[in-house]
Amino acid sequence: MSEFLSQGGYGAYVWPAYAISLAALGAAVALTLAAYRRAKRRLARLEGKL
Amino acid sequence: MFELANPKRFMQFSGALLPWLAGAAALALLAGLVLGFRAPPDYQQGDTVRIMFLHVPAAWTAMMAYGLLALASIVGLVNRHPLADVAAKTAAPLGAVFTALGLVTGSLWGRPMWGAWWVWDGRLTSFLLLLFLYLGYIALGQAIEDESRAARACAILAIVGAVNLPIIEFSVDWWTTLHQGESILRKGGPLIAAVFLWPLFLMALGYTLLFFSLWLIRIRTEILERRARSLMLSGAP
Repeated sequence: MSEFLSQGGYGAYVWPAYAISLAALGAAVALTLAAYRRAKRRLARLEGKL
Repeated sequence: MFELANPKRFMQFSGALLPWLAGAAALALLAGLVLGFRAPPDYQQGDTVRIMFLHVPAAWTAMMAYGLLALASIVGLVNRHPLADVAAKTAAPLGAVFTALGLVTGSLWGRPMWGAWWVWDGRLTSFLLLLFLYLGYIALGQAIEDESRAARACAILAIVGAVNLPIIEFSVDWWTTLHQGESILRKGGPLIAAVFLWPLFLMALGYTLLFFSLWLIRIRTEILERRARSLMLSGAP
């Protein structure tokens, strides 16, 4: 396990690369979905009113 | 193609396609991650080769996204189709994310392999310029209030900026660089072993499918927003 974590001594580079990529892509997915739901709700509200 | 340019048809088509696209993206990424961490350390690069599985797909996707942005811009300018404008506009923030990831993971790979986080060579500098093009595109779009004027100005910036794509591509041949040359899509076949090629291919596929999934959702969002805006304008008391 610790061998896996150390990544042959390059863990300090490999893990941040994976963590940052996961965080950035995860944020892109979350923000994209949130904006979509927001737009959908807003349109539904407007269409309900008219 | 132009059938789909009808927003209503586009909503139906993209709505049916999205679950498959997103599911395939998740599968490809999962398989790529598993194979990537089961691959042995490279004989020269050691375990830093695992950064390649993030770096190369991010960089490829960033360039593909810019190519698509420029194409959509041309269609938007020539055919004056609003859906093309929406496609271009919504691709930019995603492209910027992939570009930033390409730069950051490249830096984390360069430090242990080259001994430098950053060098001002052709490949790195032109790729940094890609990030600035994306950011400039986004800023320009936000600075112009009128929707169709903004789309036109942005389209021109995007098309002119597309000259940077071949510069990035060929920078490793034109200038001396620390960055390695083309080792995958080259004449005579890839130079890297299958055990690295598979995770790389799967991650690249996953990144590409993820980009298309998010792009479609963002286009759908913008269509809904525009519909809401026109409802507000027409229905306002």
